Amino acid sequence: MTDTVLHRSLPNRLDNPLKSAVLSWESLLVLVALGIFILNSFASPYFLNAWSLSDLTFNFTEKALIALAMALLIISGEIDLSVAAIIALASTMMGLALQYGADTPMLVAVGVGVGILCGAFNGFLVTGLKLPSIVVTIGTMSLFRGIAFIILGDQSFKGYPKSFAWFGQGYVYWVISFELVLFVVCAVIYWVLLHRTNFGRRVFAIGNNDVAARFSGVRVDRIKFILFCLTGLMSGMAAVLLTARLGSTRPSIAEGFELEAITMVVLGGVSILGGAGSILGVVLAALIVGLVTFGLGLLNVPGIVMTIFTGSLLIVVIALPILFRMWRQRA
Amino acid sequence: MTDPILTLSGISKSFPGVRALNDVALELYAGEVTALIGENGAGKSTLVKVMTGIYQPDAGEISVAGRVVSLPTAHSASAVGITAIHQETVLFDELTVAENIYLGHAPRTRLGLIDWKMMRREAQETLDSMAAGIDAGIKLKELGIAKKHLVAVARALSIDAQVVIMDEPTAALSQKEIEELYVLIDLLKQDGKAILFISHKFDEIYRIADRFTVFRDGEQVGKGFIRDTSQSEIVQMMVGRAVDHIFPARQADIGDVVLEAKGLSHPTEFADVSFAVRKGEILGFYGLVGAGRSEVMQAVFGLTQTSSGGLTLEGRAIAPKSPADAVEAGIVYVPEERGKQGVITGEPIFKNVSLPSLGKTSKSGFLRMVEEYALARTYTERLDLRASSLSQDVSTLSGGNQQKVVIAKWLATLPKVIILDEPTKGIDIGSKAAVHEFMGELVAQGLSVIMVSSELPEVLGMSDRIVVMREGRVIDTLDSKGLKPETLVRLAAGIAEEQAA
Repeated sequence: MTDTVLHRSLPNRLDNPLKSAVLSWESLLVLVALGIFILNSFASPYFLNAWSLSDLTFNFTEKALIALAMALLIISGEIDLSVAAIIALASTMMGLALQYGADTPMLVAVGVGVGILCGAFNGFLVTGLKLPSIVVTIGTMSLFRGIAFIILGDQSFKGYPKSFAWFGQGYVYWVISFELVLFVVCAVIYWVLLHRTNFGRRVFAIGNNDVAARFSGVRVDRIKFILFCLTGLMSGMAAVLLTARLGSTRPSIAEGFELEAITMVVLGGVSILGGAGSILGVVLAALIVGLVTFGLGLLNVPGIVMTIFTGSLLIVVIALPILFRMWRQRA
Repeated sequence: MTDPILTLSGISKSFPGVRALNDVALELYAGEVTALIGENGAGKSTLVKVMTGIYQPDAGEISVAGRVVSLPTAHSASAVGITAIHQETVLFDELTVAENIYLGHAPRTRLGLIDWKMMRREAQETLDSMAAGIDAGIKLKELGIAKKHLVAVARALSIDAQVVIMDEPTAALSQKEIEELYVLIDLLKQDGKAILFISHKFDEIYRIADRFTVFRDGEQVGKGFIRDTSQSEIVQMMVGRAVDHIFPARQADIGDVVLEAKGLSHPTEFADVSFAVRKGEILGFYGLVGAGRSEVMQAVFGLTQTSSGGLTLEGRAIAPKSPADAVEAGIVYVPEERGKQGVITGEPIFKNVSLPSLGKTSKSGFLRMVEEYALARTYTERLDLRASSLSQDVSTLSGGNQQKVVIAKWLATLPKVIILDEPTKGIDIGSKAAVHEFMGELVAQGLSVIMVSSELPEVLGMSDRIVVMREGRVIDTLDSKGLKPETLVRLAAGIAEEQAA
């Protein structure tokens, strides 16, 4: 080997990391969350109360769990619209298992297991048969919920054991619910997975250019398959929490969850085109969505208005990051 | 002798860093076929785009029937009677044949609406006059490629084109379809059209053309009548350039065979391809565009699967099912389509470089940024990458520097065999020399290099041995020492030796 020329050394980076952090989308989300928090405390005298705030977290933890995995999936350039239907099917299967005398650990295993299987099915259709994920998951959205309807009709499953109800209603310490603890733990795990591992790095590479990623020796299909399974897993976990919290299963359970989960992901700064985003942003966005819907609830705003709100928010947040990036490029 | 219908004179066209056309001239005559001949990159396509109003020339003038015209848009080119039939026809699959023929100049009713009946009737008449056997009412997508060419020709007739440009029209046709095309060209000739026929294939040129014009490196280097000129004279004109680039001298220290391919076949792209590359050797692959060279390399890299045949790497049989498998085995591939397949735009330099080496830079699956930066710095600096920092987005780099990022990415994996597909295509002279010099260094360190190149000087200057491919098959494997460029061109184009002698 010959070292012929003396090269000038390339610096790692030239931008100021602190300045980038201050100018980031996440810091804007922090400001928005604080603003809504202050507005809420003025809007209702019942808001600033430990139990109120604890109730607030139930508003978003189940959807936010799904949003964590959905974030990785959208960053990789895919999407899963069937998550709410997976909850319905997983919940129905848990109800069915209950009829056959399943105990609590068995119920949890069924819920999570059905979630993973549904995710694997989506993943197989997308990576094995090379079908576009948006079409596949619109299809499985009807399929999964359809199976739930066939099994349940207009009936519902009830009578879940008390030990099972703890997953959706229990508190670990004082006002800190099991759901919140689980969400925080999962958020940390997903943060590490996306931002601190080879796997996460490859997810970003796939989202930016999956052809070049494949040409660079990344096992694109394998990673996408894992991401669909993870999304199924989180949906299965959400199904356990939601079923335990409601204490019953109807086929219409969790309707609209997919839109709220995707809203959280996109509001969190994840590019809907793939290749960019952060878990911190998604967590903040989940908090914002929870704060807003809870605040509106305190003000006795009817549910249908909240739906309008969620829809509008989804459109605004898809437009906002684009405008924000244009502004940042100029700044 | 009549005057030419179309005259181009003093046409020049430059792109950043490249002079695509330099003071070229071309005349086309009514009722005659003129063949435009030249290597890849000689400027033929650029000239077609100038003639059809897609590019604006920097200098020179175009006159039609003695009148100087300007062609600011594609529409203005068809207005003066110039139309082009491309390799892949630019027609619309979802429209009917009649609509395709009359798109942009459909007959109108008194109300200014499209006169569908008349359009359909006239389209059918035109098609029938060509004996095309096509129903004007069906959608274009129901036709095969050959019939689509017929529709394109009908379109040329319907807009009353004076000049018809055919850019490699036979590339996708079978022998029978090519014969049908010849009949059509004769029809156009009788109709008094001037035809510009672009093809790599000498048998076609000698079969159909009356005149020829040869381009080399963006300049016109010869013209004349086909009947007065031998194939070897034309080949001479195509390749007879001064060697304008000094290739690095290498002390050949060639060892044992590293990678051997035996009888590789693919259902459609190539058949029975065998070659072997040795330690410290640069093996060149030469052939025309579409000869199947890239397809073979992509199969070796695990991107596509072969239907039969096998690979041996250092005596061990391998069968890469994916690029990841190939990289693990020690085979890496620098693709031709740098922007789409090479670099990941939107990501910084260091992430591009470390991507295939994450297993080495990380610790039990967790990223270690310090190691990544160090790895990226080591290899980009060896290639003399010009950038402001390692966190710069690769999309902001020049083509040559992007290529260096791709090569750095692969060197960091410590490969045994590196495949370079058109490594210097579209990059500036400085980076070109750097890439060539670096290839020399690589083999000096004991790597094996496979280089696919369509540039004659490059393939002759860099390779130790050259594999020539044509139509998916290996025609010959030659020692590059003392090899004449004419021999290579003849083999690649399929001109028989006795004819050329």
